[in-house]
Amino acid sequence: MIESKNITEVQLDIEKIRADFPILSRKVNGKPLIYFDNGATAQKPKSVIDAIGNYYSNQNANIHRGVHTLSQEITVAYENARSTIQKHLNAEHAHEIIFTKGTTDSINLVASSFGKKFIFQGDEILVSAMEHHSNILPWQQVCEERGAILKVIPINKEGELIISEYKRLLTDKTKIVALTHISNTLGTINPIEELIALAHVKNIPVLVDGAQAVPHTNVNVQLISADFYVFSGHKLFGPTGVGVLYGKEKWLTEIPPYQVGGGTIKTVTFEKTEYADLPLKFEAGTPHIEGGIGLAAAIDYVNKIGLNNIAAYENELLVYATEALGKINGVKIIGTAKEKASVISFIVDGLHPFDIGTILDQLGIAVRTGHHCTQPLMQFYGIQGTVRASFAFYNTKEEIDLFINGLERAIKMLN
Amino acid sequence: MTIEEIENEIVEEFEMFDDWMQKYEYLIDLGKSLPIIDEQYKTDNTLIKGCQSRVWMHSELKAGNVIYTADSDAIITKGMVALMIRVLSNHTPDEIMNAKLNFVEKIGLTQHLSPTRSNGLLSMIKQMKLDALAYKQIS
Ligand SMILES: Cc1ncc(COP(=O)(O)O)c(C=O)c1O
Repeated sequence: MIESKNITEVQLDIEKIRADFPILSRKVNGKPLIYFDNGATAQKPKSVIDAIGNYYSNQNANIHRGVHTLSQEITVAYENARSTIQKHLNAEHAHEIIFTKGTTDSINLVASSFGKKFIFQGDEILVSAMEHHSNILPWQQVCEERGAILKVIPINKEGELIISEYKRLLTDKTKIVALTHISNTLGTINPIEELIALAHVKNIPVLVDGAQAVPHTNVNVQLISADFYVFSGHKLFGPTGVGVLYGKEKWLTEIPPYQVGGGTIKTVTFEKTEYADLPLKFEAGTPHIEGGIGLAAAIDYVNKIGLNNIAAYENELLVYATEALGKINGVKIIGTAKEKASVISFIVDGLHPFDIGTILDQLGIAVRTGHHCTQPLMQFYGIQGTVRASFAFYNTKEEIDLFINGLERAIKMLN
Repeated sequence: MTIEEIENEIVEEFEMFDDWMQKYEYLIDLGKSLPIIDEQYKTDNTLIKGCQSRVWMHSELKAGNVIYTADSDAIITKGMVALMIRVLSNHTPDEIMNAKLNFVEKIGLTQHLSPTRSNGLLSMIKQMKLDALAYKQIS
């Protein structure tokens, strides 16, 4: 709620926070970097970088395999990382946390394994009109393989899900709902608890794409009662190549393994394999060990600042930038939901987002331009793409001022 | 003029610019110059799919030379497209296929040719050379 939200002026020591992120002191095209592409990936604090360095300098060994000290130490560290994630999400069990390569990988896992077990000819899978391609394509593929039908919850012009339509689309045929918690393109925060509750009335499980939510809000998977909740480490100030699938024990037990191989078994003969218990059932091969450790370091870092503080501060940035953009002639914000995270997409009359992004880049300002992997959403708005600025807690109002100046300059140059 | 002579001419023009602003203003001016493709050729068939900005390109053979026309929906890309056409158009297929296009680096715009830029420019150059090859094979 941009206007009416009760903004507490948050007391965060931004200068001190910025000093934790080495990359923020570099220059781009001769100008101090202004990094407004946090929705694509977030920068990493020193503690995360150090955790990864320390792993290779002092801890490297394979996990779950050796009796030797190094192997045991790193196995404990890796399992501690899992517990850190469990506590952060308030999951009931540590074995409900599966390490994956990222959001996309997690969704593919669920789509494939859930699909094999529960989706049949004529069944329906429900997604929304604002989903990232990563939360569309895996489901589309399951539909093709299983003869099921993909249904889409429409949105209004503001970029909010139309709840009455959602209710109408939840039928006896619906086998699973896959929804984003926060839209990477529009910034819309979906009322996820309510949406899940509505599906649960009909006993339909819900997968939540939390890629954009975990960097901005506290997520309590038991409170919202998500059946599956997925996110990427790299958008949460952690390493790339690692992500999380949270799944309720009941579901993870019922669905079959996804990839199989070393690490996923109890006993193997050439005739038959008995698979390991959770979580190893879903973790084939040597995992991204330093990724898991780095992700736990990132979560510790974020929790030291406090996600409530982060959300409040980022909302100040959002309000500030929204007001400033609103004053520029020809700028139209795409995505004006009442509940929004610090993601602003906009277009400028007569100008191509690519051109604006190119000029801003010359000024050291990193924004994203294009369709943001949400082409169906672009089709809904009848546009080719947008310019997107997405803020993290290390961004400042001074940076927004420079961005607005840069944008005005770009508009002048391009007109 | 040979392709190389045109490239050198462009490099000299760009040497007069003091900073990136002037360089981009020049590209933008080039981009704003009249449409450089006949509307009838601006179809899905001539569309080169870059992820972000789109480029349409048409070619024909006239008196042994390949003539290119093209357009883009992004103005900076269009400026780059105009430069490419100025360099390559109206040359023989052999000359076009052998063109090194070193001028892009010399004028400091290589980043526009990086595959991640996804502005369709790299694909356009590939298509220009493929067309040249096709004309060579017909004749
Ligand atoms: C909402 C949403 N879902 C999924 C993804 C895919 O994440 P990843 O590329 O880390 O798998 C992204 C990232 O762009 C996203 O913003």
